[in-house]
Amino acid sequence: MSKVRMQLMLCGGTGCHATGSKLFQKALDEELVNRGLSEEIKVIETGCNGFCAVGPVMLVQPEGIFYQKLSVDDIPELVEEHFLKGRPVPRLFFQEQKSKEKIPHIDDIPFFSNQVYRAMRNKGAIDPEVIDEYIARDGYFGSAKALNEMSSENIIDEMLTSGLRGRGGAGFPTGLKWKFANSSPGEEKYVLCNADEGDPGAFMDRSILESDPHVVLEGMTIAAKAIGATKGYIYCRTEYQLAIRRLNIAIAQAKEYGLLGENILGSGFNFDVEIYQGAGAFVCGEETALMRSIEGKRGMPRPRPPFPALKGLWDKPTILNNVESFANVPQIILQGGEWYASIGTEKSKGTKVFALSGDINNIGLVEVPMGLPLRTLIYDIGGGIPKKRKFKAVQLGGPSGGCVPEQHLDTVIDYEEIAKVGAIMGSGGAIVMDNRTCMVDMARFFMDFIQDESCGKCTPCREGTRRILEILERICEGKGVESDLKSLEELCEVTSSSALCGLGQTAANPVLSTMRFFMDEYKAHIFDKTCPAKTCQALLKFTVDPEKCKKCGLCFKACPADAITWKKKEVAVIDTDKCVKCMSCYDACAFDAID
Amino acid sequence: MEKERNITIDGREFRFSEGETILTVAKRNHIDIPTLCHLKGTTPTGACRICVVEVEGARTLMTSCTVPATVGMVVRSESPEVIRSRRMTIELMLTSGRHDDCLVCPSSGNCRLQELAFRYKVKGTTFEDTGVKYPMESVNPFILRDFSKCILCGRCVQACNEVQVNEAIDMGYRGSATKIITKGDVALKDSDCVFCGECVQVCPVAALVPKDARITPRLSEMKEVKTTCSYCGVGCQMNLHVKNNRVWQVTGCEESAPNYGSLCVKGRYGFDFIASDKRLTTPLIKENGTFREASWDEALTLTAKRLKEISDVQSDATGLLTSARITNEENYIAQKFARTVLKTNNVDHCARL
Repeated sequence: MSKVRMQLMLCGGTGCHATGSKLFQKALDEELVNRGLSEEIKVIETGCNGFCAVGPVMLVQPEGIFYQKLSVDDIPELVEEHFLKGRPVPRLFFQEQKSKEKIPHIDDIPFFSNQVYRAMRNKGAIDPEVIDEYIARDGYFGSAKALNEMSSENIIDEMLTSGLRGRGGAGFPTGLKWKFANSSPGEEKYVLCNADEGDPGAFMDRSILESDPHVVLEGMTIAAKAIGATKGYIYCRTEYQLAIRRLNIAIAQAKEYGLLGENILGSGFNFDVEIYQGAGAFVCGEETALMRSIEGKRGMPRPRPPFPALKGLWDKPTILNNVESFANVPQIILQGGEWYASIGTEKSKGTKVFALSGDINNIGLVEVPMGLPLRTLIYDIGGGIPKKRKFKAVQLGGPSGGCVPEQHLDTVIDYEEIAKVGAIMGSGGAIVMDNRTCMVDMARFFMDFIQDESCGKCTPCREGTRRILEILERICEGKGVESDLKSLEELCEVTSSSALCGLGQTAANPVLSTMRFFMDEYKAHIFDKTCPAKTCQALLKFTVDPEKCKKCGLCFKACPADAITWKKKEVAVIDTDKCVKCMSCYDACAFDAID
Repeated sequence: MEKERNITIDGREFRFSEGETILTVAKRNHIDIPTLCHLKGTTPTGACRICVVEVEGARTLMTSCTVPATVGMVVRSESPEVIRSRRMTIELMLTSGRHDDCLVCPSSGNCRLQELAFRYKVKGTTFEDTGVKYPMESVNPFILRDFSKCILCGRCVQACNEVQVNEAIDMGYRGSATKIITKGDVALKDSDCVFCGECVQVCPVAALVPKDARITPRLSEMKEVKTTCSYCGVGCQMNLHVKNNRVWQVTGCEESAPNYGSLCVKGRYGFDFIASDKRLTTPLIKENGTFREASWDEALTLTAKRLKEISDVQSDATGLLTSARITNEENYIAQKFARTVLKTNNVDHCARL
């Protein structure tokens, strides 16, 4: 075997694919061959690294040098300077936002150094399409232990000790769910994995599946042993083609190695996994709808009880866990529940994966310990807010969640603490909004989403969200009236208390939480007919303040609609009839003279 | 000793057996929890949210039609919170589509939504109604589908899929675009529908009505006459809806065996012959190639005479054709008559044709 002196861990997640990592990889491979380096330097396509904002990214091992925003043009310099002469290329290092300092080592970059990897322990470290690499990092040791050395009760006890709670968002104790399913009578039981990730701005499950598909299979196998199931399904949204491809490869490899299928590792235990591709309905992430969908029926929730642990898929006892939950399982079994519970808060143990997106510098996927203040998540890991704007709120839990405003940023990541401020932990979507985001418009956006995705079965969700949306649209158009506030509140409360499933019951959360923290914005829209964040087009009207105007003409130059008249040494004037409200002049003005 | 199974509803304690829903216990004890989508004999769907009640300790209101009673459960069926929710739900239903025309609506007086609106004093004026989203479908001889009246309770879907097990319709599309559709959203006549009319009978509003419902008397203004369907030997019990000595509509008797409300396309829709002016009202005897009217006595005497004459010469020159429209017992007597009186084995039945 030839000696490889350098491994180039090139991110092959969907984010980096989109920014050109495939082309980069092809060109890099060619260059290494041309230079005769292909034996000693290997390029490995890993799953999602997490730092999507600066993709394509590459980690040079064993040095731990992290390169970002790579392009094909950088290859000759990288090979010549770094790979041959041993001089890393600072031009491609990560640059700290405030200090402008270039940081070469991955461990020193705050985005990475503040994270704790458990569910994502293999991200960027292995080739997700090679099972040996997973095994080399203790892969399938957990299922081997569970299958050969542990009883169902032992496994469940370990899970209960770990304190792991459902990472899909609701936070139900995973061990307890398994315990119920274990004690349900029935020969046939099912283990389901929910990979129907649909929240806007959420991509935790996709990244885990793309970077470490085996961990999910291993987690499911352990769950199967715990409840006595022989068949599992991964319900994955069909848009996640890369994840599905890697999962299929992983299933085939695991079967070949005897780690899945019949008589796993000689234990006499059988477990098989199949992928079921969802057809694009958000509501199929709801457990009963998901099961209906696998049964081949319309994905529509049914009332609970009976709960799936008693009557689930095809009316058999079933457990459904989210991708991230399963990803935590193998290490819990291997290292023990107490090890897992050693970090976190009293009621929320371990780590949580978040997808940071929106108005934040370091867009990407992060895993942080429970108990971390949201402020650290946003400012240290997330790198703060770009364009010198101010933080306004972070939406946690997507369309079912709520927003956490500046004054509650010291809230720690914990199921109960987050619920106290009117948001939910959710599956991990964290959309950061700066002061240019209108909170009424944000609530309208999510309500529009929910209204489209409501299955249409129950009246409050189908009709109630339609009415909530109508009112929000009216307010954003400047046609809101005082009574709208009362109607909104009543509609939201009734929808929350009487809708059939989780989707409807939480649909009003974005409205309720923005009304709680940003009532002044609602009032400004309704009474003053203004949008303080300057988002709602119908309410915008730009004028130049002659006292602040320095007569520089920057606005005039920026206007694409020929709506500004200006001459040297004269105050600019905006023709509101011609103005297209694009905000170019507002952004261009250095003296805050346009409002 | 087994612990007593008791549930408290509106301050009163009631016994229940395992598996009974809150609604079942309440109904048995004359507590009137209103329902809308609930359809006897089918799996409760919990779709309409009218029957919600407050259950102590529950995070949200619960649908009494789906939640099983449990020991010590405390339920309030008409608390202010429950009433607020019901009123809003009714309001939302009343403003979805078009429900402001009870005066000219064929279901007026026989409409569950109207009843609920009256009971909870909801006018349907809080929101602007959403009007007609999908055009009416009338391209078949039996059923009129008026989507602007549909409140998507799903009773028709349950009736089609679980009672008749015909599986011709289901819910389609999503959100406010939701619609009851056939496979591929084609017209009923091009679908798996067999026009049994089960869906029409269970529709609580006027979304599914007989084709001519807009030009015939309303159900609420007609007299019900219970009778047995004459189309076959099953003996389905049906109600004829009569006004001015004319049958305008037929529905199945929900409380009686053997059909418990179900009918087939013939029983439900095949009754226009009753008032047809082409209908035979007296026996006819053919003489010299033309028919003339006769009395029953004359006609039967002639038939008996001719049958006897023919079978006396050659019995197998006669034969007997019976019908599915008579009962098994009558069919038995008919074949017995053929074999013992006419002395022939030439017996056949229309169902074999």
